[in-house]
Amino acid sequence: MTFEPLLERMPTSRPAPMRDQSGLLGERPSYSSEADFKIHGGCGLMGICDESGTLMSGVEAIKAMAVQRDRGNGLGGGYAGYGIYPEFPDHYCFHMMYHDLKAKEDAEAVFDKYFVIDLAEPMPTRAVKGISDAPLLWRYFLQPDPHKFENAEISADDYIVHAVMLINSSVDGAFVASSGKNMGAFKGVGFPEEIGHYYLLEEYEGHTWTGHNRFPTNTPGWWGGAHPFTLLDWSIVHNGEISSYGINSRYLEAFGYKCTLGTDTEVAAYLFDLLLRRHKLPLELACKALASPLWTEIDRMPEEEAAVYRSLRAVYGPAMLNGPFAIVLGFNGGMVALNDRIKLRPLVAARQGTKIMVASEESAMREVLDAPDQVWAPKAGEPVIARVKGMEWPIHGDLHLSASEVSCAVTGAHDSCETVEVG
Amino acid sequence: MTTTTKGPIEGYIVTTPSSTRDGDTVTIDAQSVYYRQVNEATRAAFADGAKHVVLNHVNGQRYIGTGIKGKDLKITVNGTPGQDMAMLMDGPTLEVFGNAQDGVGNTMNAGKVIIHGDAGDVLGYGMRGGKVFINGDVGYRVGIHMKAYEGLRPIMVAGGKARDFFGEYMAGGLLILLGMNSRLEGPLVGGYVGTGMHGGAIYLRGEVEPWQCGKEVGVFAASEDDIADIKPVLAEYCEAMGMDLDEVLSEPFTKLIPVSHRPYGKLYTYM
Amino acid sequence: MPTSLLQPEFLVEIDYDKCHKCGRCVQQCGWGVYSFNERPFPDDSKCRACHRCVTYCPAHCIKIKKNDLALRENANWSSEQRKNIWRQAESGGVMLTGMGNDKPYQSIFDHLVLDACQVTNPSIDPLREPMELRTYLGHKPDSVEVESNGEGGFRLKEGGGVSNNVKLDAPIIFSPMSYGSVSLNVHKSLAMAAERLGILMNTGEGGLHADLYPYQDNVIVQVASGRFGVTSEYLQRGAAIEIKVGQGAKPGIGGHLPGEKINKEVSTTRMIPQGSDAISPAPHHDIYSIEDLRQLIYSLKEASGYKPVGVKIAAVHNVGAIASGIVRAGADYVYLDGFKGGTGAAPAIIRDHVGIPLEIAIAVVDQRLRDEGIRNQASIIAAGSIRSSADMAKAIALGADVVAIGSAALMALGCHLCQGCHTGCCSWGLTTQKPELTRRVDPEWGAERLTNLVHAWSHELQEILGALGVNAVESLRGSRERLRAVGLDAQTCEILGVKPAGL
Repeated sequence: MTFEPLLERMPTSRPAPMRDQSGLLGERPSYSSEADFKIHGGCGLMGICDESGTLMSGVEAIKAMAVQRDRGNGLGGGYAGYGIYPEFPDHYCFHMMYHDLKAKEDAEAVFDKYFVIDLAEPMPTRAVKGISDAPLLWRYFLQPDPHKFENAEISADDYIVHAVMLINSSVDGAFVASSGKNMGAFKGVGFPEEIGHYYLLEEYEGHTWTGHNRFPTNTPGWWGGAHPFTLLDWSIVHNGEISSYGINSRYLEAFGYKCTLGTDTEVAAYLFDLLLRRHKLPLELACKALASPLWTEIDRMPEEEAAVYRSLRAVYGPAMLNGPFAIVLGFNGGMVALNDRIKLRPLVAARQGTKIMVASEESAMREVLDAPDQVWAPKAGEPVIARVKGMEWPIHGDLHLSASEVSCAVTGAHDSCETVEVG
Repeated sequence: MTTTTKGPIEGYIVTTPSSTRDGDTVTIDAQSVYYRQVNEATRAAFADGAKHVVLNHVNGQRYIGTGIKGKDLKITVNGTPGQDMAMLMDGPTLEVFGNAQDGVGNTMNAGKVIIHGDAGDVLGYGMRGGKVFINGDVGYRVGIHMKAYEGLRPIMVAGGKARDFFGEYMAGGLLILLGMNSRLEGPLVGGYVGTGMHGGAIYLRGEVEPWQCGKEVGVFAASEDDIADIKPVLAEYCEAMGMDLDEVLSEPFTKLIPVSHRPYGKLYTYM
Repeated sequence: MPTSLLQPEFLVEIDYDKCHKCGRCVQQCGWGVYSFNERPFPDDSKCRACHRCVTYCPAHCIKIKKNDLALRENANWSSEQRKNIWRQAESGGVMLTGMGNDKPYQSIFDHLVLDACQVTNPSIDPLREPMELRTYLGHKPDSVEVESNGEGGFRLKEGGGVSNNVKLDAPIIFSPMSYGSVSLNVHKSLAMAAERLGILMNTGEGGLHADLYPYQDNVIVQVASGRFGVTSEYLQRGAAIEIKVGQGAKPGIGGHLPGEKINKEVSTTRMIPQGSDAISPAPHHDIYSIEDLRQLIYSLKEASGYKPVGVKIAAVHNVGAIASGIVRAGADYVYLDGFKGGTGAAPAIIRDHVGIPLEIAIAVVDQRLRDEGIRNQASIIAAGSIRSSADMAKAIALGADVVAIGSAALMALGCHLCQGCHTGCCSWGLTTQKPELTRRVDPEWGAERLTNLVHAWSHELQEILGALGVNAVESLRGSRERLRAVGLDAQTCEILGVKPAGL
């Protein structure tokens, strides 16, 4: 069976997006700086990582998401792939979404000013039934302009994030979908298998893939709003609804983050940034801060361990993600999957040789792994961690941004950004 | 840029699946077929007089066996069935050669589900009658709100270990956990066992710590009478799973029953 | 000339057909309403409608009615205004009263409604699933620092975690009420209940009686301007120390416990002579400015071996900046007492007209501390008429860590809010030192009633959390997104950080 007839035969009915999509990037929902709406939704997700670094086709990610099709409603699908650009391992790759040619020209002016571009090309795509109103999609392999960069006296990662902010905040109709090295995000409005097919994911090979199927109950119908959310090489896909959003966002605001998208995913992204990069918590403990053990469990721990968890909980209580969720954080060194502390959203995991896979449903993993050595359901709040051999760990030691800069770079929401000059 | 194409991208197709009939048995190839068509084909086969439907290459298709009524019908699933299998099922026997996902036996009324593998979360939610036998491990909230009604008594047996909230809100029936065919590390069962329990009985092959149990539960060593009561069920389970009944009975069982049918009688003050 | 223009507030009606003539009403009334001559005769003018006699009358033959004397209606000159003028014209005195503000100010709590989950996220069953109310009171670092323990796990770095916090099993404690203003049996009831509940009682400013030493791990010891009973031993006994700067019922006003209430036990506990007045100055005379507060906080920490030290203030106009200063001065918690908070005695004019609503104070302080990035450094305790678990949940959603209850606790012990605390004649044996009255409260009985009340509110809070789809109180704390306003003006909504219902 080939892919085209498959799509023709799939049911394509889906709720009409609430917004006119013709505007897409130019008419991004006007996010207020106080996130005065909250987007509700449920979803399905997957993640796979080959710890040996062996590359897998993007088809695997599509297969895993296609099986979980009924977990979404066709209003958002997306993927992140790692190790997909071996020809440019040291270049930052910008995946760009443009509303129109003017936006492209303006964004490229920024690239020209601050970077050396070694390759600029349209994203390879194919026409897919069910996908319409796509923005102009381009990608750029670039490196900081050495002259500008030296003067900037900041790390290369910081330099990149500043550029992301500059584009997202000041270039109308342009949005940075991803900006990491040797990785990329492929996302849009549609069912995930349609999106994967649209982006020709079968032509990419990566050591780590994450995927997402979105079921928003209130959607801006905006390509940039689909999962994954990214910054540099980290990406987040997320399933569920965080009932503690109100306090999580207020907690982050006290550290300078601006929650402008009104999505749980955004909150989760900032919490990881705060805990891992700024507070330098080990990944395992950051996960435990976000999905804390119950007090009764903490009380049963040996005292040395209990002291750690008591402190984590007392200090990061406002950061705890309460309510049903499953989340996959991808980065160049691997991936982390985590779900809530009483397992209100599904997450299953499997291992086959050096491959570790997670998904919302076991069938997604059976579609990809022909003979898993082990299939298990992780305990509530117990992270599944995959580390690619030889890759850097932990993530982003070289990023020194403020919280509001991170907010701006992730969401691209105009209101959260002050115009930033690079270099 | 890599340009290797890995062949066709698998996904569900909306088409009537291919099937073959041999006497009372209809075999359906569910490979990549969307759940609606698989289930339509299943129902059509039974409507056409078949007694046994074999579903091959199942992976992720939802609602298999859901709502199907009839005592002498059988469905065999080869693969990994999707969510809500055997929901509201009323009579048939459904046998799975593989693992099952979440929501098996939801509000099931009668019949038998045999899973030769593990199963996921929220199994037997509100199950009113029939039997669910799982060979291996089960997830969170298993046997949640199983109830009994007049002659109906739901029975669930899992051969492996279980996570938290085993038998939550249990209002009737029989829930048995053996801990024998497990791939999980850690205790036989998680926390909050029988929390909110106000009917029925839970039997664990092994012991539980007090912290693992809900506050509504009384914990007892199973007596000879208790074992005599569950022995026919275990015998039926062993037969289905190819296990040795004597080995199952070689370890002592713990019996958990509610201490009250109205655990919250004192919670409220009337205005 | 008439000696008084004031007529009795209440009429005591006895159905003599039903009356047993047992004299129990005479015995029970602390106000001296009844005399007895073959049957009880009431003096209506002394009745405060405390219902002690009604409760204990075996024949149920006593009715207390409002003395509904018609005065010519005047929307401006309420009957109360007129009566107060007559009262002051007679005595020339400052009107003194007890309990909290009784004027019909809007209750903001009553204009806030809570959210609940439907479909997009699930509610949680609080009876069967974990529903955690545990709360740590005190300073928390901004981040936790750990190091490898050499066995694949982690341990806290020296000073990298939370220390010096008080563990509470529920986010509710008892407000400060001093021994002197209330009886020892009330203190014992509170202390025993606090121990059973895993929460705290608060000595108030009257010292810690030796009978409470067994419960000292569940006691906040207060240091007020009168420094009654304050010694280094006293500080070391408490689970935490509280500097009382102000009280919601009487911001900026000191206290005065009359000599007649200073019996031998009170005298010993307060370390002042028997029969002498106990005066609490309006300010602490070692705190004339914020840097002095810091000095006092650290001297108390030094003297106590670094126990948590909190500061209690009345909610006043500039409460945000004041609270910020308190936190920066090193306080481990800020106790906000709203303008409806109770008191043993306060000038009615102050009680009823000074201060701001608690709801506003919580919202402003929580936001101010967040804006300054110091919210983690101190807990917020909210008090001043927390009337139900709904008020508690709303206070927590606005940003409080913990609520404190005083009036509600006294009501659990029998108080009917007759506002006669300042008289020392409390028929329920609460705000009195008369031995024949104080023995009416059996501490065991009192502890059980207080325990019941807090358990009931805790259950209700768990129901609220479950409906909100969260299973730990820290996920409600400061989560104003889960509140909506009904019938509040836009500016109040903005100050509260709460959207109107529908948005």
